[in-house]
Amino acid sequence: MITPQVLNEWYPVAMASQIRAGQRRETQLLGIPVTVKMSDGAVAVHGESDSFPVMERFGHVWTCLGSPAHDLFAVPEADQPGRRLVDVGVVRVKCSPLRAVENFLDIAHFPFVHTDILGAEPHTEVNRYEVQIREGSDEVWATKVTFYQPQAAKSAEGGIVTQYMYRVPAPTVSVLYKTCPVMPDAWDVIGIFVQPLTEELCDVWPWMALFDDVTPEAELIAFQQMIFLQDRSILENQIPRLLPLDPGMEIPTQADLSSIAYRRWLKKRGLTYGAQMVAA
Amino acid sequence: MIRLHDYVLSASCYKVRLMAALLGVRLDLEAVDFHPGRAHKSLAFRQLNPAGTLPVMVVDDLVLTESTAMLVYLARLAGPEWLGPGTPQASAQVQQWLAFSGRLAASLGLARLHDMLLYTGDIEALRRDGHLALRELESALTECRFAGHDWLVGTAPTIADIACFPNVALSQDGGVTLDPYPAIRLWSRRVRSLDRFVEMPGIHRLHELRPAPAEA
Ligand SMILES: N[C@H](CCC(=O)N[C@@H](CS)C(=O)NCC(=O)O)C(=O)O
Ligand SMILES: [Fe+2]
Repeated sequence: MITPQVLNEWYPVAMASQIRAGQRRETQLLGIPVTVKMSDGAVAVHGESDSFPVMERFGHVWTCLGSPAHDLFAVPEADQPGRRLVDVGVVRVKCSPLRAVENFLDIAHFPFVHTDILGAEPHTEVNRYEVQIREGSDEVWATKVTFYQPQAAKSAEGGIVTQYMYRVPAPTVSVLYKTCPVMPDAWDVIGIFVQPLTEELCDVWPWMALFDDVTPEAELIAFQQMIFLQDRSILENQIPRLLPLDPGMEIPTQADLSSIAYRRWLKKRGLTYGAQMVAA
Repeated sequence: MIRLHDYVLSASCYKVRLMAALLGVRLDLEAVDFHPGRAHKSLAFRQLNPAGTLPVMVVDDLVLTESTAMLVYLARLAGPEWLGPGTPQASAQVQQWLAFSGRLAASLGLARLHDMLLYTGDIEALRRDGHLALRELESALTECRFAGHDWLVGTAPTIADIACFPNVALSQDGGVTLDPYPAIRLWSRRVRSLDRFVEMPGIHRLHELRPAPAEA
């Protein structure tokens, strides 16, 4: 359902480098046709008659179809020297944009969907972790998450217990921080920026800010695409198609804390595009 | 050393990775930024393969740009039984299926690239052509079963099965369901249960059969 709150949020609509290279992208946002292209030397986003505000950040073009309720979220790590910023490219998924975000927050599926990479049996237990809504920024955060991973990143040379933090800084965005295999005191940053085309169709733009000056770019991209494409077939088969925000037939477990917090946060803020409002 | 210019999401590249894994042959993989970088269309890559397609296999002076030829190379090198029984009829049938795998790529494969990576194309026509190819495959596999065989040619798996498997197993990614094709689904399980089988995103390994529930 489109609410004023939904309209007043920022959403990703393109990869900035592709538009700057002269590509024109005819796409959709919240069911409304929009075009992203260069116009008078600047990136512009317009609909059939209106033009919309544009923000270029984290390698992508962001827009808002209403009046932006706030600035786009910050990722201070994006400006940290020594990090490699990698645009992974668009993947279309026939699922609710909210389900794409929720799946990104879930670690319990790692051993079963990302077998021998992000998880492996018998290491299936999700240890207790903490979830909070941060005051001020009004973001969902999950911290103190740990999980055993056979190959945590392209740069990992064996199994490690990875530490994670997850945040939801915007309704269709999630950013995670995970142990960087080559710099154990630093976090690698990986995001998914989800463009809601309709309530059941989205374009997903994964993005990374990593410490790794060895791995060729094509391999970093391939690694992340491999992971995300393992999720895609799962996401396209989830039922109900829309994300239920009210407790219904789904029985959450302790591992689902972040998902529960995300659903409550969406509901309280009226961010219901891609959500199912009646109990399933 | 066998070098494969590879893209992790490409069904044609996976054909070759799967064949090599089944044969126990090591490939030296070189990741190409197919998406979003379109590096396979760059001038530098076209020096290697003017067609601008993946995979490309390089072994010393030999440069192969057709995945089916790569299957022949690998089988001849490390497992000639994968070329089939070698009778005139069987050899011709293997060739027939290798060419047929090109039709799968041009229908199911492009439908997948359309749905997943936003390639342009007439999606309804691609899916329809995909179904036509699947119907042919279904009927051939059913005939095989009536003759008491599990595989496309002869009584053991060949490069014909490996050539056809990827785009069939990934058909759902392009919005084409395998629900109407029971013989294909059984054959797909058979391929996935081969010793040393490797998966790719969208193709899941068979989970070990769990013990049957105890009687109440
Ligand atoms: N020569 C064919 C090409 C296979 C093919 O179509 N590969 C796709 C990737 S899955 C490709 O490179 N497409 C780029 C294009 O056709 O321009 C083969 O080896 O089977
Ligand atoms: Fe996943």
